[in-house]
Amino acid sequence: MESSEIKRKTKLSKDTKKQYVAAYLFLLPWLIGFLGLVLGPMISSLYLSFTRFDLLNTPEWIGFANYQEMFQDDRWLASAKVTLTFVFIAVPTQLIAALLVAVLLNKKMAGVGFYRTTYYLPSLLGGSVAIAILWKNLFEIDGLVNQVLAFFHIEGQGWISHPDYALGTIIILATWQFGASMVIFLAGLKQIPKELYEAAAVDGGTKCQIFFRVTLPLLSPVIFFNLIIELIKSIQVFTSAFIISEGTGGPINSTLFYTLYLYQKGFTHFEMGYASAMAWILVFVLGVMTLVIFFSSKYWVHYEDGGKL
Amino acid sequence: MDQSTRKSRILTHTFIILFGLFMLYPVIWMVSSSFKPESLIFSSPSIFSKTWTLDNYLNGWNVVRDVNFGQFFKNSFIISFIAVVANLATCSMAAYAFARLRFPLKKLWFACMLMTIMLPAHATLIPQYTIFHQLDWVNTILPLTVPKLLATDAFFIFLMVQFFRGIPRELDESAIMDGCGVFQIYTRIIMPLAVPVLITTAIFTFIWTWDDFFSQILYLNTVDTFTVPLGLRLFLDSQGESSWGSVFAMSVLSLIPITTVFFIFQRYIVDGIATTGIKG
Repeated sequence: MESSEIKRKTKLSKDTKKQYVAAYLFLLPWLIGFLGLVLGPMISSLYLSFTRFDLLNTPEWIGFANYQEMFQDDRWLASAKVTLTFVFIAVPTQLIAALLVAVLLNKKMAGVGFYRTTYYLPSLLGGSVAIAILWKNLFEIDGLVNQVLAFFHIEGQGWISHPDYALGTIIILATWQFGASMVIFLAGLKQIPKELYEAAAVDGGTKCQIFFRVTLPLLSPVIFFNLIIELIKSIQVFTSAFIISEGTGGPINSTLFYTLYLYQKGFTHFEMGYASAMAWILVFVLGVMTLVIFFSSKYWVHYEDGGKL
Repeated sequence: MDQSTRKSRILTHTFIILFGLFMLYPVIWMVSSSFKPESLIFSSPSIFSKTWTLDNYLNGWNVVRDVNFGQFFKNSFIISFIAVVANLATCSMAAYAFARLRFPLKKLWFACMLMTIMLPAHATLIPQYTIFHQLDWVNTILPLTVPKLLATDAFFIFLMVQFFRGIPRELDESAIMDGCGVFQIYTRIIMPLAVPVLITTAIFTFIWTWDDFFSQILYLNTVDTFTVPLGLRLFLDSQGESSWGSVFAMSVLSLIPITTVFFIFQRYIVDGIATTGIKG
């Protein structure tokens, strides 16, 4: 009896072993990718951020010099300012636009599907080089925007070539793409039970009160979700800035987005140590912002089930 | 329906339509401009014209010396196609392991996978470039496709894990009774039932790869390897403002594949975004 039990055990472990092997075979492509293209490079880029490295010669250890240099580098400071300005303006405006249109579309009416598609289209197309080119043209001195303004007898100017307005055109381009967040809001709005609205209406709440007391709190998990997604997306904006400023980040660094400067440093100046240090600052800042949103969420995100997953 | 709700309903519709038209006007204007003679494009902001022409398309197609846009389209299609197939295969394999199989260190790897979803690409950029440079892969499609073969788009793995978990385990068990192994359960049970999430993955991989600019500008430096976005940028730089008509024409062409995919698979896209939050 004893021996048969042992036999069964070894047989079982053989099966288990077989399953482990099978599992790791399924996991293998990802595992190679994770170790070789994510984890390895992450550690390596952390190391490179403490070196001077030009791709061809061996990296030379220089300690914190790259990090120190950043805070004296006017272009770095400008790029950090541009990206932060962009994030702090574009993310809220986009989310507010998305929320308002979603509330408007969250009714039983003919053609909702068609409207939803229409408003989503800019999000589909907006990240492309083609739309960035269109945008560049729209805001040129003789572009469509100024032609329309001229129609109303308003004199426009070269928005793209003016340092005060160039970033604004990119913020408008980002806001224009509110459709993706809107679709997520719409899905969230559908989850809110009708009875709550009816109860609020019976209690004599005005539309405005209902929006702030019922809709917003119940939608807060979705707002939280959209906020994180948009933050991650907008802190990494590159294509539109690159095309609109023709890769320069001008005029006078006004569209020198952080990722654009990182690209210039790493791949036109080949200061790859510096670029790695810049990348780690980006990861760090994004991490801190995400954590702040996460920790603040318990004060403003309302979960029906008390936040349990 | 009483008078006032009807009125407000009409008002809402009017507002939504006008605002939508306002939003899409630049795109419509670009399409119409691409068919206008160069001299008429900036003469009025209207989308209508007395004369229409295909010249912009003919001129734009051959504008870059030695290479035409056909080559750029071919390159873009090859890269996007490989990316789609690779993502479908490798992400679903990883997701199957995470969702259905038992193995040591599973929790650790799963946590690692989740973490990489939020990691900006810049954190790994320079060393990845160094690796591909040393392998002599710059100016080939390999740096753009091999990572997909290694399931680096962790987001899709997560998406699939969520979906696979919803497939009843009883199906696996009865398959085991019928003598299916781990591999057969993957090919005969999980994959056929996961078609919706596979379509979502395919669509978004296609759109993102087609529109990708950052990694393409990094790794593709010679004109014959250029993709459509790089071709457009080259066109803009070399011809500049002098030939907006042709630039618009090629821009419109570049948007056709993703718009087509969108309109064919609209339902999957909208549901996909709504349930998962992926961005278009």
